[in-house]
Amino acid sequence: MTAKVSVTLTVNGETHQGAVEPRLSLVDFLRQDLELTGSHIGCEMGACGACLVLVDDRPVHACLMFAVQAEGSTVETVEGLTERGALADLQAAFRDRNALQCGFCTPGMLASAYAILARGGVPSRDQIRDALSGNYCRCTGYEAIVDAIEATARTRAAAHAQALRPQARLPDEARP
Amino acid sequence: MNAPLSRLDRPNSYIGRAVTRPNAMRLLSGRGRFVSDLVLPRMLHAAFVRSPYAHARITGIDTAEAAAMPGVRLIATGADLAKICTPWTGTLDHFKGMKSSPQLPLPLDEVVWAGQAVVAVVADTRAAAEDAAEAVLIDFEELAVVGDIDAARAEGAERASGSIDDNICFKTLIDAGAVDEVFAGAAHVVETELRFGRHTAVTLEPRSILADYDPSERQLTVHHATQTPYQFQDLYSRHFGLAEARVRVIAPDIGGSFGMKLHVYHEDMAVVGLSILIGRPVRYVADRIEAFVSDIHARDHRVRARLATDAEGTILAMDVDDVTGVGAFSTYPRTSVVEGNQVIRLIGAPYRFANYRAGLSVVFQNKVQTSQYRAVGHPIACAVTERLVDLAAAEAGLDPFAFRAKNLISDDAYPATSATGYRFEKLSHEVCLARLKAMMDYDGLRLDQAEARTRGVHRGIGIATFVEITNPSPAFYGIGGAHISAQDGAVVKITPSGEVQCLVSVTEQGQGTETIIGQIVAEKLGVDRDRVKVITGDTDITPHGGATWACRGAGIGGETAFQAAKALKRNVLGIAAAILQARADDLDLIDGQVVEQAGGAPRMSLAEVARIAYFRSDILPPGTQAQLTVAHHFAPEGYPFAFTNGIQGCHVEVDVETGFVKVLKHWVVEDCGTIINPMLVDEQVRGGVVQGLGAALFEECLYDDNGQLTNGSLADYLVPMACEMPDIVIGHVETPTKDTELGAKGCGEAGTAAASAAALNAVNDAIAPFEAAIGRIPMTPHRILRALGRV
Ligand code: FES
Ligand code: FES
Repeated sequence: MTAKVSVTLTVNGETHQGAVEPRLSLVDFLRQDLELTGSHIGCEMGACGACLVLVDDRPVHACLMFAVQAEGSTVETVEGLTERGALADLQAAFRDRNALQCGFCTPGMLASAYAILARGGVPSRDQIRDALSGNYCRCTGYEAIVDAIEATARTRAAAHAQALRPQARLPDEARP
Repeated sequence: MNAPLSRLDRPNSYIGRAVTRPNAMRLLSGRGRFVSDLVLPRMLHAAFVRSPYAHARITGIDTAEAAAMPGVRLIATGADLAKICTPWTGTLDHFKGMKSSPQLPLPLDEVVWAGQAVVAVVADTRAAAEDAAEAVLIDFEELAVVGDIDAARAEGAERASGSIDDNICFKTLIDAGAVDEVFAGAAHVVETELRFGRHTAVTLEPRSILADYDPSERQLTVHHATQTPYQFQDLYSRHFGLAEARVRVIAPDIGGSFGMKLHVYHEDMAVVGLSILIGRPVRYVADRIEAFVSDIHARDHRVRARLATDAEGTILAMDVDDVTGVGAFSTYPRTSVVEGNQVIRLIGAPYRFANYRAGLSVVFQNKVQTSQYRAVGHPIACAVTERLVDLAAAEAGLDPFAFRAKNLISDDAYPATSATGYRFEKLSHEVCLARLKAMMDYDGLRLDQAEARTRGVHRGIGIATFVEITNPSPAFYGIGGAHISAQDGAVVKITPSGEVQCLVSVTEQGQGTETIIGQIVAEKLGVDRDRVKVITGDTDITPHGGATWACRGAGIGGETAFQAAKALKRNVLGIAAAILQARADDLDLIDGQVVEQAGGAPRMSLAEVARIAYFRSDILPPGTQAQLTVAHHFAPEGYPFAFTNGIQGCHVEVDVETGFVKVLKHWVVEDCGTIINPMLVDEQVRGGVVQGLGAALFEECLYDDNGQLTNGSLADYLVPMACEMPDIVIGHVETPTKDTELGAKGCGEAGTAAASAAALNAVNDAIAPFEAAIGRIPMTPHRILRALGRV
């Protein structure tokens, strides 16, 4: 388990090639080898969600995946998602609603929220609560997080509906 | 649109405003700096070999094989660390007769709980350290395990540790007198026995520490996930014989704390010792299993209690016996007795009655220590009181609201003293009670309950009134000899460009400490809050103080910053007056400008005052005090605590076939005095409620007869999740304390204080038609079915 093997993957748009022990988890690889410490470790058993990252655009518990299993994959962490602006509205909603306290669960929450929002539409509060069933937060009591995700879904849905409307019916101020 | 202007409509009015947190975006961007994120040059990693037994003698340790493994740099035993670290004992002088065994970083010859660290391994990587830890051989001779609190107290019981004479850590009795006589003559007497399981903080970030000892300067720098850096500066200095000024403790971003990260842990002392021994940085981050077996647990009480009323339902007396198991020794430096002590002193606190008697027994056992965790003692005291009150209401034929309205200390009766001797400056039970009733639509809920019962759906409504201890004075720990500060400090300075920095000793674990301090300073100095930077959590930089515990951030830290900013404003206006040849009293600071007090005409900018003070003091009149940095320290005076109060309501549905409880909704009305940031207060309360509901329904550290923790993982130990928690409605009453100018009291523990009591009453209300009652927390489905006689 300690003889290193080589692995190549794309993280936040950059290609990384390295030699890792086969037992190294993806989250340890991201945190230690790439110094991307945004993803956190809360349980190392897939229960808490602090380590969630996107692998090929799907949320994955990076503590349950070995770095070598990510060979050839595209990985995005909270740092990458932030830099490409994919979370900007969601992050603003989290800030405005104080949907974070210590912030330790937050990167994982954002990964889950990203996936919930990617489905489109406006999920019900129960659906949002249900979809957060892989994320523990010990500080907030969850309500603010549900509020922030719901608010973002509404804003995005409204913007989407606006974009789909025929040009002629756009109100004046929305015309280019 | 035409609403009258309020004080919040003035420029730079931030106190009372729901502003967002400046540090939120950093955390949301993955740019947090938690201890586990830090890497120092030549840093090593520690892992521990732990005891598999709850009680055993160590008869031999063989580290030879482990020491030869790749990457291993140091292996240390108890004896190695005992050479550089003096022992500590978790007792306080004011708890008369209290005892506990002395502790060392690692034990010399006896282990007293399963999971206790025995040997430390330091290696190049954590993986290498763990590999080598597996190769360490320790011979143990098993000893009898003391678990049950009654067996532990029995005559001739085995002892939980060889260094104590018996298993009684502390005993005390409060007796206000005549209790037996009052009970004998009372019209109604109700009684109950309640058991509260052990639970633990489960901060999402486990305990983490990175100690860096530089022998060339005898300088110790410790990056420590703690809420109380100054306390640890003192402890590391005293126990390792280092100059206090050369011990620096830095508490950067902390991933949750809840009281758990202010106790001394063996591993933390060991890591400091390891760094001293090897002269390199050493990091230790507990994994989740280590957290479950070695973080402090909390609660673990069995309370028997009776309450007497007259024929009309007026409370006459209470009689209480609390037995609590605290593990094999008392924690340091705050002890494991404070919780039980607070339980017996807070019971009955909201109510008007005189005859009170309470016994407390604190018992040693072979489990990890229990100690202070969010809302120390409050949930137990509240559940005991409020369960008895509901039983007494039923006995007297009164509705729970009516019974409380009759017996609560009335809002015009202050100052008042509780039956246990607590002095209350001013509480607001009556207005809170009325507010809750309206918010809940109580009458509507009762109608819904009756209708649902006809359909075989069993809903319950529970309420719980609470009193919360905040802003403790030096009489809390200082009097017992502990070096735990009751004061806090703030240094506020104006930079040459007219911006503001505030260094403050209260710390941030996500509550929003930095935000509220920024609000207070910005308002007081009349500047935009974006121009205020708040810095916390570094003993080399920030002034000394108690930091964050017992809800003192706003009430003590906030007042400190308020007074510092006030003094600084005086200085600024003094300098401006000298420059403008005006009277300081005629000037004010608004929006970064020195203005005329009357009329508000701007005279010069704050930046200009700063520029002149720093760079052109030659043009100031001789002797002008150009002090643009001000330090202020503040400790509570007047009342020994700023007591707060409130009430919670809980609406549940119990599935009587499966025993599952669904919390439908939860309400809180609380009074924390002046509210600095309503959004942060609400979110503190909500988080607190969810921790209380977790205790009520899910969370319990379970041990088997051999003292093994059987659910030490996040898959087995249930923490509330989003889908199980309700929306929580919050209302406020504001009764500022007159002991400070700001008037703020604490709010961080209010949610936890009464949530489990409200849930307990709600579940009991739901199952009342079955003549069933539950007195055990957590109320697991199995226990509910047992209460219903179904299993
Ligand atoms: S660390 Fe991966 S789910 Fe908890
Ligand atoms: S904000 Fe602390 S765990 Fe979620």
